[in-house]
Amino acid sequence: MKSILIKEIHAFFSSLIGFLAIGIFVGITGFMIWFFPTYSVLNYGYSSLEMFFSLAPILLLIIIPAITMRLLSEEKQSGTIEWIFTKPLTDWDIILGKYFASIALIIISLIPTLIYYFSIYQLGLPKGNIDNGGVMGSYIGLIMLSGVFCAIGLFASSATTNQIVAFIMAAVLSAFCFGGFDLVSNFASFDGMPEYIIKNIGISYHYDSISRGVLDTRDIIYFGSIIFVFLYFTFYNLEKRKY
Amino acid sequence: MSILVKNLTKIYGEQKAIDSISFEVKKGEIVGFLGPNGAGKSTTMKILTCYLPQTEGLAKVCDFDTRAQEQEVKKRIGYLPESNPLYKEMYVKEYLHYVAKVYQLANPMQRVADMIGITGLTQEQNKKIHQLSKGYKQRVGIAQAIIHNPDVLILDEPTSGLDPNQLVEIRKLIKDIGNEKTVLLSTHIMQEVEAMCERVIIINKGSIVADDKTSQLKSNVSNQTIICIEFAEKIQIEDLNSVKGVKKVEKEGNEYKVYSQDKTIDIRQELFNKAVSSQWTIVSMKQETRDLEAVFKELTQKTK
Repeated sequence: MKSILIKEIHAFFSSLIGFLAIGIFVGITGFMIWFFPTYSVLNYGYSSLEMFFSLAPILLLIIIPAITMRLLSEEKQSGTIEWIFTKPLTDWDIILGKYFASIALIIISLIPTLIYYFSIYQLGLPKGNIDNGGVMGSYIGLIMLSGVFCAIGLFASSATTNQIVAFIMAAVLSAFCFGGFDLVSNFASFDGMPEYIIKNIGISYHYDSISRGVLDTRDIIYFGSIIFVFLYFTFYNLEKRKY
Repeated sequence: MSILVKNLTKIYGEQKAIDSISFEVKKGEIVGFLGPNGAGKSTTMKILTCYLPQTEGLAKVCDFDTRAQEQEVKKRIGYLPESNPLYKEMYVKEYLHYVAKVYQLANPMQRVADMIGITGLTQEQNKKIHQLSKGYKQRVGIAQAIIHNPDVLILDEPTSGLDPNQLVEIRKLIKDIGNEKTVLLSTHIMQEVEAMCERVIIINKGSIVADDKTSQLKSNVSNQTIICIEFAEKIQIEDLNSVKGVKKVEKEGNEYKVYSQDKTIDIRQELFNKAVSSQWTIVSMKQETRDLEAVFKELTQKTK
């Protein structure tokens, strides 16, 4: 697993994808929350990173499918999949190696955004007047959410040999899992209990819950199981060659 | 036993790719695996390398079952797939280093350097793989197959698309490796088998049609001798046909190909006598040795 992980991280940075992902993520969030007046923290008047944490998932919806789309589809396309399956590695070595490589890239691109936190920390009145628990929770939520998006992206990549199909599939599926259930739950006929249940299936409900700074085991289990389900689908897709 | 295949069957959907084949390869043998396109060569190799599971039967490599002890088998096999898939964006050295890491070799740097030396990639080691010519890519493919010092090498058409010089070099390389290791290689090129393999397995439509020593195979299959003869004069085919022991005569350019009825009969004498009595001048006469190509054709076409 380690060899795959290292190789994939290496591949991200030797093919510019890594730098693009980090650059776009940091660049766009930077401009949005510090520069453009609409979302600017400086105009907002409160020492809060809320803007960043509501914007980041939307950006990740595009960035993560872009970094995961080639992970397996390219191997299937070029035939290296046959090579890799005849090496002393299990299917899970391959899946988890690639999965953790993409998570690592996202975590690397989150690191520069800590500057936003320190800036607001300094700007608060009095200094340091920021909801530390909320920020920490939100970062954890963001990593969890990236975990789900990466699992979905890897699954989409395992389902096709075409990277563009993988990208679109991953983006649509992630977007639906993120916000789709919320939208569906708003139908009048779902009022009451069904609305609550449907909302609960969606990612944004749990993301918001963690963002409040409360680490609820239910949320952790939720993210963990969604990740597992999609990784298992990926495993199934890889095993399918045998039947 | 390095490779043991017993009643191996693979069915893709409705199509039977291989049908209950059995063979064994002893340690240190170089075996050529021959057959027309779609005969089941690659399928057999994919089963041996644990890429695909068989539908029925048993496949063992170094006494490890390809289904039950996958990882053990994979560690002991060096495999060059048919299309030689490589990570084109990687540098040669980087790629080999990655392979060494995948196999968890103790001293990856040293092994990579050794492989680059053995396969003659010194000049190209700092290039990206997609920049290499086909012959050099093939060398990288072979380097990755032998980097972990495997007991068994499985090479699926290792020399396809190489120029004559590269062909000779790669063949020599494989032969050198074959001194210590068991090699199973598939090919379409008959000269290659003659040059490299001690033993040939010919497979057609999923069944083994021949499994013998290369030299044996050549003499066994043909049941007739062929004499190529050329005369200074123009002669009639019918005249040659009337010679005792002649089965049929074909005209090829200025030459006549005379087939004997039986391989025990030497018709050269009869032909000579006939020529003398008819006052023909023999310009050339030679006995054609049946090469593997003819054997291959005979074996794979008669079962149609």
